[in-house]
Amino acid sequence: MNVVGHSPPPFFKRGPAPLAKLVFFLALSILALVADLRFHTLEWLRLGIATVAWPLQRLAYLPLEAGSDLGLYLTRLSTLQNENAELRRRQLSSASQLLRQEHLEDENKRLRALLDMKARQPVPGVVADILYTARDPFARRVILDKGMQQDVVDGQVVIDELGVIGQVTRVFPLTSEVTLISDKNQSVPVQVQRNGLRAILSGSGTGMLELRFLATNADVQIGDVLVTSGLDGVYLHGLPVAKVRHVDRNNAFAFASILCEPAAGVERHGQVLVLGTRTELAPRPEDLPTVDDKPSKGQRVKRR
Amino acid sequence: MQPTHSSRRILLPVHHWFIWLSLSLALLLNMIPVGHFPLMPDWVALTLIFWCIHQPLKVSMGTAFVLGLAMDVANASVMGQHAFSYVAMSFAAGGLSRRILWFPLSQQAIHVLPLLLGTQVLMLLARMISGSAFPGFAWFLGSAVAALLWHPLTYLLLMPQYRPVDRDENRPI
Repeated sequence: MNVVGHSPPPFFKRGPAPLAKLVFFLALSILALVADLRFHTLEWLRLGIATVAWPLQRLAYLPLEAGSDLGLYLTRLSTLQNENAELRRRQLSSASQLLRQEHLEDENKRLRALLDMKARQPVPGVVADILYTARDPFARRVILDKGMQQDVVDGQVVIDELGVIGQVTRVFPLTSEVTLISDKNQSVPVQVQRNGLRAILSGSGTGMLELRFLATNADVQIGDVLVTSGLDGVYLHGLPVAKVRHVDRNNAFAFASILCEPAAGVERHGQVLVLGTRTELAPRPEDLPTVDDKPSKGQRVKRR
Repeated sequence: MQPTHSSRRILLPVHHWFIWLSLSLALLLNMIPVGHFPLMPDWVALTLIFWCIHQPLKVSMGTAFVLGLAMDVANASVMGQHAFSYVAMSFAAGGLSRRILWFPLSQQAIHVLPLLLGTQVLMLLARMISGSAFPGFAWFLGSAVAALLWHPLTYLLLMPQYRPVDRDENRPI
């Protein structure tokens, strides 16, 4: 019996209607999405939840850790011997370069002093272990075992023994999150080592990297080594990043499609070095005084 | 022993603590870092669908939102991505619960599969709009595995409600 304006009282208490609840929670999540994607204002919430959930996360990591420990324990002797021989060979082959490097660094310092340039300070670093790959299937990120407690901060560069791996993008109390250079949203300013051509290197989303916005006639060849250009003030100058693997100069497109392979073991697990923040660059030049382009009184206004 | 509406069996009432225990265990399973291994089911989504279908008055969009935020942090994804899709999923599951529970378990799984796939499509949309890379079609296989797990999961999660009302001292369980 439903007279206008008088509905019978509900038999069971059921809370708000499902549709109202849906709209409310969807609006709340869209708000969260926008706040995080566009304004990056939800990091405090993430930090809070991550800190509370840290023991749970650690617990979840245990089975994987046990598995890898077991694998390590069962490594065959021959594998270790081979690895040892390989390491010894590599050390010997790089010894001459290392020995000369000290000499070259001294020489460089003297020359720089002569040129009255500010001596480039060696950057401190923190050695960290890659704990695991983050599960987010849309991005390429790894978790390191060093965090705020070890003074890791946002934006630090992470390298391994072969080259650049990525950049620290989030820091938690005991861990930190590194976005790999193969991520689609991660870019590295690079230059071609052979001729100094500057460009931007971005992840292609498939584990490879692509050199974007270079004209089809740009002087890039297969096998070129790309190193960081250091223009951004974040990356040090001259860290190896990638090697050019494939160049497609199709005149139908404005830019050449250049695919590169990362130099470092980006998708491998192991130890990495988190480089300290770079010393400050020279301050940016003051903005030029704005030119007053309004016509003064009595002048003709040209219309376009 | 069919846990559907068409059977004549009456189940014991569910405990609140058991619902929360199962959901947090699912969250723990989801936190195991398996990297980008494609066949891993989304345990939280599956358990959430289960409770939304079996207890639509106890577990619904509020729970889904909280779990979604927890998953966003655990998965290192964008805040609100899981929350958004889980809320939509639990609305659909709650609305369909009266219908789904009349079917035998294998057909329930067929109902659950599009719900899980829809959840993944919503996540995909949210991330593609923000300019992330496409994770590949293998990612959707996780939902198929989750749908296959519907049958064993139903028995596992309804086990506490199967207990007889009067305890028999000579029976082990």
